[in-house]
Amino acid sequence: MTENAITGFEPNEKPAGAHQAEAASFGGVGMKIAGYLGMVAIFLLVALPLFWIVITSFKEKPDIYTQPAQWWPAHPTTAGYKSATTEIDFWAFFRNSVIITLLLSVAKIVLGVISAYALSLLRFPGRNLVFLVVIAALMVPNQITVISNYALVSQLGWRNTYQGIIIPLAGVAFGTFLMRNQFLSVPGEIIEAARLDGAGPLKLLWRVVLPMSWPTLIAFSIITVVNEWNEYLWPFLMSDDSRVGTLPIGLTQLQNNDGITNWGPVMAATVLAMLPVLIVFLALQRHMIKGLTAGAVKG
Amino acid sequence: MTATPQSSPAPVRSGPPEPVGAPPKRSGRPYGEWLLAALLLLPNLALLVIFTYRPLADNIRLSFTDWNISAPVAHYIGFDNYTTWWHDPNAHQVLKNTLIFTVATVGISMALGLGLAILLDQQLRGRNLVRSAIFAPFVISGAAVGIAFQFVFDPNFGMIRDLFDRVGLSVPDFYQRPGWALFMVTATYIWKNLGYTFVIYLAALQGRRADLDEAAEIDGASAWRRFTKVLLPQLRPTTFFLSITVLLNSVQVFDIINVMTRGGPQGYGTTTLVYQVYRETFVNSRAGYGATIATIMFLILLVVTVVQVRVMDRGMRRD
Repeated sequence: MTENAITGFEPNEKPAGAHQAEAASFGGVGMKIAGYLGMVAIFLLVALPLFWIVITSFKEKPDIYTQPAQWWPAHPTTAGYKSATTEIDFWAFFRNSVIITLLLSVAKIVLGVISAYALSLLRFPGRNLVFLVVIAALMVPNQITVISNYALVSQLGWRNTYQGIIIPLAGVAFGTFLMRNQFLSVPGEIIEAARLDGAGPLKLLWRVVLPMSWPTLIAFSIITVVNEWNEYLWPFLMSDDSRVGTLPIGLTQLQNNDGITNWGPVMAATVLAMLPVLIVFLALQRHMIKGLTAGAVKG
Repeated sequence: MTATPQSSPAPVRSGPPEPVGAPPKRSGRPYGEWLLAALLLLPNLALLVIFTYRPLADNIRLSFTDWNISAPVAHYIGFDNYTTWWHDPNAHQVLKNTLIFTVATVGISMALGLGLAILLDQQLRGRNLVRSAIFAPFVISGAAVGIAFQFVFDPNFGMIRDLFDRVGLSVPDFYQRPGWALFMVTATYIWKNLGYTFVIYLAALQGRRADLDEAAEIDGASAWRRFTKVLLPQLRPTTFFLSITVLLNSVQVFDIINVMTRGGPQGYGTTTLVYQVYRETFVNSRAGYGATIATIMFLILLVVTVVQVRVMDRGMRRD
């Protein structure tokens, strides 16, 4: 197993004749030195703000506003975390985020898989047209649909409900595209053999096609979970408070409390909101990258 | 339902020939397969039609009305909204903001992403840590990044202020000056999304044909020539894909602007087309006018994307 396989930055498949040409391409000692300098620079650029946020979340209130700034808390405290979780209904926002992310992800994954199955392994008139209708939805910006959807959902009396947030977001175009391509890559001989053995369409999906598609399915699932956890505009429009509001909405509420921002708790809540998705990312980055790069990169 | 080889929907490579004289048919497929396909596709199609295509069309209808989001009745007012927009003194600034933000985010994140991908494709110690670090912000929510960066850019107590102080520079007021505010949201957006272009370029680099590059090197081509004549042409499909997806994503940015500046300062300092749609519809209760701006934005995006596809397509065919 290579170094790359562990961290996940490995190409899915290399075309014949391709191989790593690292260092060979633009190599040389000068490039090495420039490389390390560049690496340090970009690492600082990304890591410093994150470090600053975490440090601030552990500072006592007066220490946040001292000059020059403290790059390490003089009096480390978790008071910021305490007020972050008590000043707003933090755990209600957190619960809503978990519920909405879970339900929406399950819906999207199931719908994506069954649509992709129908579009790749079943024959019916107008199949290509249906596929086009699904894929073209990718080109429609959310912001165009928001006004009319807001009116519709309000008329139904669905504002401040889970279904009001979930159902309008549940249609899946990208996942259908991704899974369809995966299903089409399953060898025809295997599918034929399963059919000869008497497997019906659903058994074929569940026992043959899906088990051969785990890596893509996992990548699709992770990307979906991360996207839904971060969804902002629609939940923001659909919820007024902590009844069904998600974490990003809770965050902005904390910030707007009584006009001036108390940065300690705000940074603490921000850290708490970032943490779950960062943990998921660190554990599963390999799969996530596979899903993102599928279809984007042709050798 | 029993399946026969003819009824296999998979690409059939061999199989008994059709009986002579049989009526031309799509194959001996059981009728049930259509039904199953309909059953599997209907929920997703219904959702997409109701919540994506219906509002897309409805948005155009609304753009010709004076609707405010709460009233049940909307009056048809013809092209009034469009002429209002044409003469709106703020429309000019909003377009300019959108253009600056989009060009800067697309250009910088693609150039930087490619540069970093080439850098971290080299054999360097610790590159995996840095690769993960670059990609990590991409998974954090825009709202959280926006809030966090408000304090990073805070002109009185923020991180940038402290760094500027240390090297003896005075920090601009990112919240009061429109130009600096636009710079702030642009920088924040690039910080958050750089990992995407980086990862896609890195994957493309690792899947490329390295032998071409080696051959060019043996022939004595300079690094710059190998970059422009060998590497860039190979990466063209990836560049094409990124230029479209990054552009569409950048134009749609809402969370960072809403959290950091609410479209301000001084009225429309950081308001982009998308933010103006939100503002007119939900803050100023002019949903008809908001729909007009949304329609205009959609038309602009459509034209830009078509031109992009044309240009890139021609470029690719020439190779």
